[in-house]
Amino acid sequence: MPTPLVVSEVAKSFTMHLRDGIRLPVMSNVAFSVKAGECVVLGGPSGIGKSSLLKMVYGNYAVDSGQILIEHGGRLLDLATADPRTILSVRRATLGYVSQFLRTVPRVAAVDVVAEPLLGRGTAAAEAREIAEAMLARLNLPRELWQLPPATFSGGEQQRVNIARGFITDHRILLLDEPTASLDAKNRAVVVSMIEEKKAAGVALLGIFHDEDVREKVADRIVDVSAFSPRKAAA
Amino acid sequence: MTDAPLLKVRDISKFYGARIGCKNVSFDLWPGEVLAVVGESGSGKTTLLNCLATRLMPSSGAVEYRMRDGEMRELSRMSEAERRFLMRTDWGFVHQNPADGLRMAVSAGANVGERLMAVGERHYGNIRETAGNWLGRVEISVDRIDDQPRAFSGGMRQRLQIARNLVTSPRLIFMDEPTGGLDVSVQARLLDLLRGLVQDLGLSAIIVTHDLAVARLLSHRMMVMKDGVVIEQGLTDRVLDDPREAYTQLLVSSILQV
Repeated sequence: MPTPLVVSEVAKSFTMHLRDGIRLPVMSNVAFSVKAGECVVLGGPSGIGKSSLLKMVYGNYAVDSGQILIEHGGRLLDLATADPRTILSVRRATLGYVSQFLRTVPRVAAVDVVAEPLLGRGTAAAEAREIAEAMLARLNLPRELWQLPPATFSGGEQQRVNIARGFITDHRILLLDEPTASLDAKNRAVVVSMIEEKKAAGVALLGIFHDEDVREKVADRIVDVSAFSPRKAAA
Repeated sequence: MTDAPLLKVRDISKFYGARIGCKNVSFDLWPGEVLAVVGESGSGKTTLLNCLATRLMPSSGAVEYRMRDGEMRELSRMSEAERRFLMRTDWGFVHQNPADGLRMAVSAGANVGERLMAVGERHYGNIRETAGNWLGRVEISVDRIDDQPRAFSGGMRQRLQIARNLVTSPRLIFMDEPTGGLDVSVQARLLDLLRGLVQDLGLSAIIVTHDLAVARLLSHRMMVMKDGVVIEQGLTDRVLDDPREAYTQLLVSSILQV
Protein backbone atom coordinates (compact mmCIF):
# COMPACT_ATOMS: atom_id res chain seq x y z
CA MET A 1 0.00 0.00 0.00
CA PRO A 2 1.52 3.36 -1.01
CA THR A 3 2.02 6.13 1.54
CA PRO A 4 -1.13 8.31 1.39
CA LEU A 5 0.68 11.65 1.73
CA VAL A 6 4.22 12.55 0.72
CA VAL A 7 5.42 16.15 0.78
CA SER A 8 8.83 16.92 -0.71
CA GLU A 9 10.94 19.99 -1.55
CA VAL A 10 8.00 22.32 -1.00
CA ALA A 11 8.71 26.05 -0.85
CA LYS A 12 6.27 28.88 -0.24
CA SER A 13 6.50 32.65 -0.06
CA PHE A 14 4.02 35.48 0.05
CA THR A 15 4.47 38.57 -2.12
CA MET A 16 2.79 41.53 -0.46
CA HIS A 17 1.94 43.87 -3.29
CA LEU A 18 0.30 46.32 -0.94
CA ARG A 19 3.59 46.65 0.96
CA ASP A 20 5.78 47.64 -2.00
CA GLY A 21 5.91 44.07 -3.24
CA ILE A 22 8.06 42.71 -0.43
CA ARG A 23 8.51 38.97 -0.59
CA LEU A 24 8.11 37.02 2.62
CA PRO A 25 9.63 33.56 2.45
CA VAL A 26 7.47 31.31 4.58
CA MET A 27 8.91 27.87 4.08
CA SER A 28 11.46 25.97 2.10
CA ASN A 29 12.58 22.39 1.70
CA VAL A 30 9.52 21.00 3.39
CA ALA A 31 9.73 17.22 3.36
CA PHE A 32 7.75 14.67 5.35
CA SER A 33 5.24 11.91 4.82
CA VAL A 34 2.29 10.41 6.64
CA LYS A 35 1.63 6.69 6.55
CA ALA A 36 -1.76 5.01 6.73
CA GLY A 37 -2.87 4.67 10.36
CA GLU A 38 -0.34 7.21 11.55
CA CYS A 39 -0.93 10.56 13.27
CA VAL A 40 1.83 13.06 12.54
CA VAL A 41 1.78 16.25 14.57
CA LEU A 42 3.28 19.52 13.31
CA GLY A 43 5.36 21.09 16.09
CA GLY A 44 7.12 24.39 16.65
CA PRO A 45 6.34 27.77 18.19
CA SER A 46 3.28 29.71 17.07
CA GLY A 47 3.77 31.90 14.02
CA ILE A 48 6.27 29.45 12.53
CA GLY A 49 3.80 28.44 9.79
CA LYS A 50 2.09 25.27 10.98
CA SER A 51 -1.38 26.35 9.85
CA SER A 52 0.05 27.65 6.57
CA LEU A 53 1.59 24.25 5.95
CA LEU A 54 -1.74 22.51 6.54
CA LYS A 55 -3.39 24.96 4.13
CA MET A 56 -0.78 24.15 1.49
CA VAL A 57 -1.44 20.44 1.85
CA TYR A 58 -5.18 21.12 1.51
CA GLY A 59 -4.60 23.17 -1.65
CA ASN A 60 -5.94 26.30 0.00
CA TYR A 61 -2.56 28.03 -0.32
CA ALA A 62 -0.56 27.69 -3.52
CA VAL A 63 3.05 26.52 -3.25
CA ASP A 64 5.96 28.01 -5.21
CA SER A 65 7.64 24.68 -5.91
CA GLY A 66 7.84 21.09 -4.77
CA GLN A 67 5.42 18.17 -4.71
CA ILE A 68 2.48 17.20 -2.55
CA LEU A 69 1.78 13.63 -3.59
CA ILE A 70 -1.55 12.13 -2.66
CA GLU A 71 -3.03 8.77 -3.42
CA HIS A 72 -6.44 9.50 -4.90
CA GLY A 73 -8.76 7.06 -6.62
CA GLY A 74 -6.06 4.42 -6.98
CA ARG A 75 -3.44 6.68 -8.49
CA LEU A 76 -0.84 9.12 -7.28
CA LEU A 77 -1.28 12.79 -8.07
CA ASP A 78 0.55 15.99 -7.29
CA LEU A 79 -1.71 18.43 -5.49
CA ALA A 80 0.87 21.20 -5.91
CA THR A 81 0.19 21.38 -9.63
CA ALA A 82 -3.37 20.00 -9.83
CA ASP A 83 -6.13 22.06 -11.45
CA PRO A 84 -9.08 23.34 -9.37
CA ARG A 85 -11.41 20.55 -10.50
CA THR A 86 -8.95 17.89 -9.43
CA ILE A 87 -8.37 19.55 -6.05
CA LEU A 88 -12.13 19.68 -5.42
CA SER A 89 -12.49 16.03 -6.31
CA VAL A 90 -9.58 15.11 -4.00
CA ARG A 91 -11.24 17.07 -1.19
CA ARG A 92 -14.56 15.37 -1.81
CA ALA A 93 -13.19 11.85 -1.77
CA THR A 94 -9.75 11.65 -0.18
CA LEU A 95 -8.60 14.68 1.75
CA GLY A 96 -10.56 16.00 4.73
CA TYR A 97 -9.84 19.11 6.79
CA VAL A 98 -11.01 20.33 10.17
CA SER A 99 -10.26 24.03 10.25
CA GLN A 100 -9.66 26.05 13.37
CA PHE A 101 -12.83 28.03 12.89
CA LEU A 102 -16.13 27.08 11.35
CA ARG A 103 -17.10 29.17 8.33
CA THR A 104 -20.85 29.25 8.76
CA VAL A 105 -23.33 29.45 5.95
CA PRO A 106 -26.37 31.56 6.73
CA ARG A 107 -29.56 29.67 7.53
CA VAL A 108 -28.12 26.13 7.29
CA ALA A 109 -28.84 23.99 10.38
CA ALA A 110 -25.93 22.46 12.31
CA VAL A 111 -27.02 18.92 11.44
CA ASP A 112 -27.03 19.77 7.72
CA VAL A 113 -23.62 21.43 7.97
CA VAL A 114 -22.34 18.13 9.38
CA ALA A 115 -24.18 15.92 6.86
CA GLU A 116 -23.08 17.91 3.80
CA PRO A 117 -19.80 16.05 3.04
CA LEU A 118 -21.73 12.76 2.96
CA LEU A 119 -24.32 14.17 0.56
CA GLY A 120 -21.47 15.28 -1.71
CA ARG A 121 -20.36 11.64 -1.80
CA GLY A 122 -23.80 10.36 -2.75
CA THR A 123 -25.20 9.19 0.60
CA ALA A 124 -29.00 9.47 0.79
CA ALA A 125 -30.21 12.56 2.68
CA ALA A 126 -32.04 10.70 5.46
CA GLU A 127 -29.11 8.38 6.15
CA ALA A 128 -26.61 11.26 6.10
CA ARG A 129 -28.71 13.16 8.63
CA GLU A 130 -28.92 10.16 10.89
CA ILE A 131 -25.15 9.72 10.91
CA ALA A 132 -24.73 13.46 11.46
CA GLU A 133 -27.04 13.36 14.47
CA ALA A 134 -25.10 10.45 15.94
CA MET A 135 -21.86 12.42 15.54
CA LEU A 136 -23.33 15.50 17.24
CA ALA A 137 -24.72 13.36 20.07
CA ARG A 138 -21.33 11.75 20.58
CA LEU A 139 -19.72 15.19 20.83
CA ASN A 140 -22.35 16.20 23.42
CA LEU A 141 -23.83 19.02 21.38
CA PRO A 142 -27.21 19.74 23.00
CA ARG A 143 -30.05 18.33 20.89
CA GLU A 144 -31.86 21.72 20.92
CA LEU A 145 -29.05 23.15 18.80
CA TRP A 146 -29.06 20.59 15.99
CA GLN A 147 -31.69 22.33 13.90
CA LEU A 148 -30.21 25.82 14.38
CA PRO A 149 -27.61 27.50 12.16
CA PRO A 150 -24.27 27.51 14.06
CA ALA A 151 -23.55 31.23 13.53
CA THR A 152 -24.73 32.09 17.06
CA PHE A 153 -23.12 29.08 18.79
CA SER A 154 -20.28 29.45 21.30
CA GLY A 155 -16.71 28.76 20.18
CA GLY A 156 -16.72 25.26 21.65
CA GLU A 157 -20.09 24.41 20.09
CA GLN A 158 -18.97 25.61 16.66
CA GLN A 159 -15.75 23.65 17.05
CA ARG A 160 -17.72 20.47 17.71
CA VAL A 161 -19.90 21.02 14.63
CA ASN A 162 -16.67 21.48 12.70
CA ILE A 163 -15.17 18.27 14.08
CA ALA A 164 -18.33 16.27 13.38
CA ARG A 165 -18.30 17.54 9.79
CA GLY A 166 -14.63 16.65 9.34
CA PHE A 167 -14.84 13.19 10.89
CA ILE A 168 -18.12 12.06 9.31
CA THR A 169 -16.62 10.69 6.09
CA ASP A 170 -14.10 7.91 5.52
CA HIS A 171 -11.52 10.17 3.85
CA ARG A 172 -8.10 8.46 3.75
CA ILE A 173 -6.27 11.60 4.81
CA LEU A 174 -7.44 14.00 7.50
CA LEU A 175 -5.90 17.38 8.34
CA LEU A 176 -6.64 18.76 11.81
CA ASP A 177 -5.97 22.38 12.76
CA GLU A 178 -6.22 22.51 16.57
CA PRO A 179 -9.47 20.59 16.76
CA THR A 180 -9.47 20.57 20.57
CA ALA A 181 -8.49 24.20 21.18
CA SER A 182 -11.77 25.38 22.65
CA LEU A 183 -13.11 22.13 24.11
CA ASP A 184 -13.50 21.03 27.73
CA ALA A 185 -11.81 17.88 29.09
CA LYS A 186 -14.80 15.64 28.45
CA ASN A 187 -15.10 16.57 24.79
CA ARG A 188 -11.33 16.53 24.32
CA ALA A 189 -11.46 12.90 25.39
CA VAL A 190 -14.18 12.21 22.81
CA VAL A 191 -12.04 13.74 20.07
CA VAL A 192 -9.00 11.72 21.20
CA SER A 193 -10.99 8.50 20.91
CA MET A 194 -12.32 9.57 17.50
CA ILE A 195 -8.74 10.10 16.35
CA GLU A 196 -7.76 6.67 17.70
CA GLU A 197 -10.60 5.12 15.68
CA LYS A 198 -9.46 6.88 12.51
CA LYS A 199 -5.95 5.57 13.06
CA ALA A 200 -7.26 2.05 13.57
CA ALA A 201 -9.19 2.40 10.31
CA GLY A 202 -5.95 3.21 8.48
CA VAL A 203 -6.52 6.94 8.00
CA ALA A 204 -3.42 9.13 7.68
CA LEU A 205 -3.74 12.10 10.05
CA LEU A 206 -1.74 15.32 10.02
CA GLY A 207 -2.50 17.79 12.76
CA ILE A 208 -1.66 20.72 14.96
CA PHE A 209 -2.30 20.26 18.69
CA HIS A 210 -1.26 22.86 21.22
CA ASP A 211 -2.74 20.87 24.08
CA GLU A 212 0.20 18.75 25.31
CA ASP A 213 -2.01 16.17 26.90
CA VAL A 214 -3.91 15.52 23.65
CA ARG A 215 -0.70 15.64 21.63
CA GLU A 216 0.93 12.99 23.77
CA LYS A 217 -2.07 10.72 23.44
CA VAL A 218 -2.49 10.89 19.65
CA ALA A 219 0.91 11.70 18.15
CA ASP A 220 3.00 8.91 16.63
CA ARG A 221 5.61 11.36 15.42
CA ILE A 222 6.30 15.07 15.63
CA VAL A 223 7.54 17.02 12.61
CA ASP A 224 9.28 20.22 13.68
CA VAL A 225 8.11 22.94 11.31
CA SER A 226 10.84 25.37 12.41
CA ALA A 227 13.28 23.20 10.47
CA PHE A 228 11.54 24.40 7.27
CA SER A 229 11.24 28.01 8.32
CA PRO A 230 13.67 30.59 6.94
CA ARG A 231 12.98 32.72 10.01
CA LYS A 232 14.82 30.30 12.21
CA ALA A 233 17.74 30.15 9.80
CA ALA A 234 17.99 33.93 9.90
CA ALA A 235 17.90 34.12 13.67
CA MET B 1 -21.73 11.40 -16.45
CA THR B 2 -19.55 12.24 -19.40
CA ASP B 3 -16.33 13.91 -18.54
CA ALA B 4 -16.37 16.78 -20.99
CA PRO B 5 -16.81 20.52 -20.55
CA LEU B 6 -20.25 22.03 -20.99
CA LEU B 7 -18.91 25.33 -22.25
CA LYS B 8 -15.62 26.07 -23.99
CA VAL B 9 -14.67 29.72 -24.20
CA ARG B 10 -11.72 30.69 -26.40
CA ASP B 11 -10.21 34.18 -26.66
CA ILE B 12 -13.41 36.12 -26.31
CA SER B 13 -12.91 39.84 -26.88
CA LYS B 14 -15.40 42.65 -27.14
CA PHE B 15 -14.44 46.15 -28.19
CA TYR B 16 -16.68 49.19 -28.04
CA GLY B 17 -14.92 51.24 -30.72
CA ALA B 18 -11.41 51.67 -29.37
CA ARG B 19 -12.48 50.88 -25.82
CA ILE B 20 -11.98 47.39 -24.42
CA GLY B 21 -15.01 45.62 -22.99
CA CYS B 22 -13.22 42.36 -22.36
CA LYS B 23 -10.12 40.89 -23.96
CA ASN B 24 -8.89 37.38 -24.72
CA VAL B 25 -10.90 35.53 -22.10
CA SER B 26 -10.63 31.73 -22.26
CA PHE B 27 -11.90 29.03 -19.90
CA ASP B 28 -13.81 25.76 -19.74
CA LEU B 29 -16.89 25.26 -17.60
CA TRP B 30 -17.69 21.72 -16.47
CA PRO B 31 -21.06 20.19 -15.61
CA GLY B 32 -22.03 21.01 -12.02
CA GLU B 33 -19.40 23.70 -11.73
CA VAL B 34 -20.08 27.21 -10.49
CA LEU B 35 -17.73 29.91 -11.73
CA ALA B 36 -17.69 33.37 -10.17
CA VAL B 37 -16.45 36.35 -12.17
CA VAL B 38 -15.44 39.16 -9.83
CA GLY B 39 -14.03 42.64 -10.25
CA GLU B 40 -15.16 46.19 -9.66
CA SER B 41 -17.68 47.97 -11.86
CA GLY B 42 -16.28 48.64 -15.30
CA SER B 43 -13.95 45.65 -15.18
CA GLY B 44 -15.76 43.98 -18.08
CA LYS B 45 -17.44 41.17 -16.19
CA THR B 46 -20.97 41.92 -17.38
CA THR B 47 -19.74 42.43 -20.95
CA LEU B 48 -18.14 38.99 -20.77
CA LEU B 49 -21.33 37.43 -19.37
CA ASN B 50 -23.42 38.98 -22.13
CA CYS B 51 -21.01 37.72 -24.80
CA LEU B 52 -21.22 34.19 -23.39
CA ALA B 53 -25.00 34.25 -23.15
CA THR B 54 -25.28 35.53 -26.75
CA ARG B 55 -26.86 38.77 -25.57
CA LEU B 56 -23.90 40.57 -27.14
CA MET B 57 -21.92 39.60 -30.22
CA PRO B 58 -18.23 39.26 -29.30
CA SER B 59 -15.74 41.07 -31.56
CA SER B 60 -13.62 37.92 -31.76
CA GLY B 61 -13.25 34.51 -30.21
CA ALA B 62 -15.48 31.47 -29.98
CA VAL B 63 -17.89 29.95 -27.46
CA GLU B 64 -18.79 26.29 -27.83
CA TYR B 65 -21.63 24.65 -25.95
CA ARG B 66 -22.27 20.95 -25.50
CA MET B 67 -25.87 20.22 -26.53
CA ARG B 68 -27.98 17.60 -24.77
CA ASP B 69 -27.09 15.09 -27.50
CA GLY B 70 -23.40 15.58 -26.64
CA GLU B 71 -22.48 17.54 -29.74
CA MET B 72 -20.31 20.66 -29.28
CA ARG B 73 -21.83 23.60 -31.17
CA GLU B 74 -20.30 26.99 -31.71
CA LEU B 75 -22.84 29.59 -30.64
CA SER B 76 -22.02 32.14 -33.34
CA ARG B 77 -22.70 29.51 -36.01
CA MET B 78 -26.20 28.77 -34.76
CA SER B 79 -29.24 30.39 -36.27
CA GLU B 80 -31.03 33.07 -34.30
CA ALA B 81 -33.95 30.68 -33.76
CA GLU B 82 -31.66 27.96 -32.36
CA ARG B 83 -30.02 30.40 -29.98
CA ARG B 84 -33.39 31.63 -28.76
CA PHE B 85 -34.55 28.09 -28.17
CA LEU B 86 -31.40 27.34 -26.17
CA MET B 87 -31.94 30.49 -24.11
CA ARG B 88 -35.53 29.49 -23.35
CA THR B 89 -34.89 25.88 -22.47
CA ASP B 90 -31.34 24.82 -21.68
CA TRP B 91 -30.15 28.12 -20.26
CA GLY B 92 -31.33 30.64 -17.73
CA PHE B 93 -30.34 34.26 -17.24
CA VAL B 94 -30.91 35.93 -13.88
CA HIS B 95 -30.70 39.70 -14.12
CA GLN B 96 -29.63 42.00 -11.32
CA ASN B 97 -32.88 43.89 -11.67
CA PRO B 98 -35.75 41.38 -11.60
CA ALA B 99 -37.85 43.74 -13.71
CA ASP B 100 -35.48 42.96 -16.62
CA GLY B 101 -36.14 39.25 -16.36
CA LEU B 102 -39.82 39.20 -15.44
CA ARG B 103 -42.98 40.36 -17.11
CA MET B 104 -44.22 42.77 -14.51
CA ALA B 105 -47.80 43.03 -15.73
CA VAL B 106 -48.67 39.31 -15.74
CA SER B 107 -49.19 37.09 -12.72
CA ALA B 108 -46.42 35.25 -10.87
CA GLY B 109 -47.85 31.94 -12.04
CA ALA B 110 -47.84 33.09 -15.65
CA ASN B 111 -44.25 34.30 -15.34
CA VAL B 112 -43.18 30.79 -14.40
CA GLY B 113 -45.66 29.03 -16.71
CA GLU B 114 -44.60 30.99 -19.76
CA ARG B 115 -41.21 29.25 -19.89
CA LEU B 116 -42.96 25.88 -19.65
CA MET B 117 -45.21 26.75 -22.56
CA ALA B 118 -42.10 27.69 -24.54
CA VAL B 119 -40.94 24.08 -24.24
CA GLY B 120 -44.29 22.74 -25.42
CA GLU B 121 -46.32 22.21 -22.23
CA ARG B 122 -49.97 22.98 -23.04
CA HIS B 123 -52.07 21.51 -20.23
CA TYR B 124 -53.27 24.41 -18.06
CA GLY B 125 -53.65 22.32 -14.91
CA ASN B 126 -50.13 20.89 -15.20
CA ILE B 127 -48.60 24.29 -15.86
CA ARG B 128 -50.36 25.81 -12.88
CA GLU B 129 -49.35 22.94 -10.64
CA THR B 130 -45.69 23.07 -11.69
CA ALA B 131 -45.67 26.85 -11.32
CA GLY B 132 -47.15 26.47 -7.83
CA ASN B 133 -44.46 23.93 -6.90
CA TRP B 134 -41.72 26.24 -8.03
CA LEU B 135 -43.16 29.17 -6.09
CA GLY B 136 -42.98 26.91 -3.04
CA ARG B 137 -39.38 25.97 -3.76
CA VAL B 138 -38.35 29.61 -3.88
CA GLU B 139 -40.38 30.26 -0.73
CA ILE B 140 -43.17 32.32 -2.24
CA SER B 141 -46.52 31.45 -0.73
CA VAL B 142 -48.71 29.69 -3.30
CA ASP B 143 -51.64 32.01 -2.55
CA ARG B 144 -49.65 34.75 -4.30
CA ILE B 145 -49.72 32.83 -7.61
CA ASP B 146 -52.23 35.20 -9.22
CA ASP B 147 -50.54 38.39 -8.06
CA GLN B 148 -48.35 40.43 -10.36
CA PRO B 149 -44.65 40.82 -9.49
CA ARG B 150 -45.32 44.55 -9.21
CA ALA B 151 -46.95 43.74 -5.88
CA PHE B 152 -43.86 41.79 -4.69
CA SER B 153 -40.91 43.01 -2.63
CA GLY B 154 -37.43 43.12 -4.22
CA GLY B 155 -36.39 39.83 -2.63
CA MET B 156 -39.59 38.08 -3.73
CA ARG B 157 -39.20 39.37 -7.28
CA GLN B 158 -35.66 38.01 -7.38
CA ARG B 159 -36.84 34.60 -6.15
CA LEU B 160 -39.62 34.63 -8.74
CA GLN B 161 -37.09 35.38 -11.45
CA ILE B 162 -35.07 32.38 -10.30
CA ALA B 163 -38.14 30.13 -10.37
CA ARG B 164 -38.96 31.35 -13.88
CA ASN B 165 -35.45 30.45 -14.98
CA LEU B 166 -35.24 27.04 -13.35
CA VAL B 167 -38.66 25.65 -14.23
CA THR B 168 -37.46 24.21 -17.54
CA SER B 169 -34.57 22.34 -15.84
CA PRO B 170 -31.81 24.27 -17.58
CA ARG B 171 -28.24 22.99 -17.51
CA LEU B 172 -26.55 26.37 -17.44
CA ILE B 173 -27.49 29.54 -15.60
CA PHE B 174 -25.98 32.98 -16.08
CA MET B 175 -26.38 35.37 -13.18
CA ASP B 176 -25.56 39.06 -13.14
CA GLU B 177 -25.21 40.32 -9.55
CA PRO B 178 -28.13 38.17 -8.36
CA THR B 179 -28.00 39.56 -4.82
CA GLY B 180 -27.20 43.17 -5.69
CA GLY B 181 -29.58 45.70 -4.22
CA LEU B 182 -31.07 43.34 -1.63
CA ASP B 183 -30.68 43.90 2.09
CA VAL B 184 -28.54 41.39 3.97
CA SER B 185 -31.19 39.14 5.51
CA VAL B 186 -32.94 38.83 2.14
CA GLN B 187 -29.55 38.24 0.54
CA ALA B 188 -28.74 35.41 2.96
CA ARG B 189 -32.03 33.72 2.18
CA LEU B 190 -31.47 34.01 -1.56
CA LEU B 191 -27.89 32.73 -1.31
CA ASP B 192 -29.00 29.75 0.71
CA LEU B 193 -31.69 29.04 -1.84
CA LEU B 194 -29.31 29.33 -4.79
CA ARG B 195 -26.74 27.14 -3.08
CA GLY B 196 -29.32 24.44 -2.44
CA LEU B 197 -30.75 24.57 -5.96
CA VAL B 198 -27.36 24.47 -7.64
CA GLN B 199 -26.41 21.45 -5.51
CA ASP B 200 -29.69 19.55 -5.89
CA LEU B 201 -30.05 20.14 -9.61
CA GLY B 202 -26.37 19.75 -10.50
CA LEU B 203 -26.49 23.05 -12.40
CA SER B 204 -23.54 24.77 -13.97
CA ALA B 205 -23.51 28.48 -13.36
CA ILE B 206 -21.54 31.59 -14.19
CA ILE B 207 -22.11 34.29 -11.59
CA VAL B 208 -20.95 37.85 -12.03
CA THR B 209 -20.61 39.62 -8.71
CA HIS B 210 -18.57 42.31 -7.04
CA ASP B 211 -19.28 40.71 -3.68
CA LEU B 212 -16.45 38.35 -2.71
CA ALA B 213 -18.50 36.79 0.09
CA VAL B 214 -21.13 35.75 -2.46
CA ALA B 215 -18.39 34.29 -4.64
CA ARG B 216 -16.96 32.34 -1.69
CA LEU B 217 -20.32 30.92 -0.73
CA LEU B 218 -21.54 29.90 -4.17
CA SER B 219 -18.61 29.21 -6.46
CA HIS B 220 -16.02 26.49 -6.94
CA ARG B 221 -13.77 28.52 -9.16
CA MET B 222 -13.17 32.21 -9.53
CA MET B 223 -11.91 34.64 -12.19
CA VAL B 224 -10.77 38.12 -11.25
CA MET B 225 -11.15 40.77 -13.95
CA LYS B 226 -9.58 44.19 -14.24
CA ASP B 227 -9.75 46.54 -17.23
CA GLY B 228 -11.38 43.85 -19.36
CA VAL B 229 -8.69 41.23 -18.73
CA VAL B 230 -8.70 38.15 -16.48
CA ILE B 231 -5.77 38.80 -14.15
CA GLU B 232 -6.10 35.83 -11.82
CA GLN B 233 -8.12 32.64 -11.71
CA GLY B 234 -8.30 29.41 -9.76
CA LEU B 235 -9.94 27.60 -6.92
CA THR B 236 -12.21 30.08 -5.11
CA ASP B 237 -10.81 29.59 -1.63
CA ARG B 238 -7.24 29.77 -2.91
CA VAL B 239 -7.80 33.02 -4.82
CA LEU B 240 -9.43 34.56 -1.74
CA ASP B 241 -7.03 33.21 0.91
CA ASP B 242 -3.78 33.34 -1.07
CA PRO B 243 -4.26 36.04 -3.73
CA ARG B 244 -1.23 36.54 -5.95
CA GLU B 245 -1.92 39.64 -8.02
CA ALA B 246 -1.67 43.14 -6.58
CA TYR B 247 -5.22 43.97 -7.59
CA THR B 248 -6.68 40.78 -6.09
CA GLN B 249 -4.81 41.44 -2.85
CA LEU B 250 -6.29 44.92 -2.80
CA LEU B 251 -9.81 43.54 -3.41
CA VAL B 252 -9.49 40.91 -0.70
CA SER B 253 -8.02 43.34 1.82
CA SER B 254 -10.86 45.77 1.13
CA ILE B 255 -13.57 43.40 2.44
CA LEU B 256 -15.29 44.79 5.51
CA GLN B 257 -15.16 42.46 8.48
CA VAL B 258 -18.19 42.15 10.72
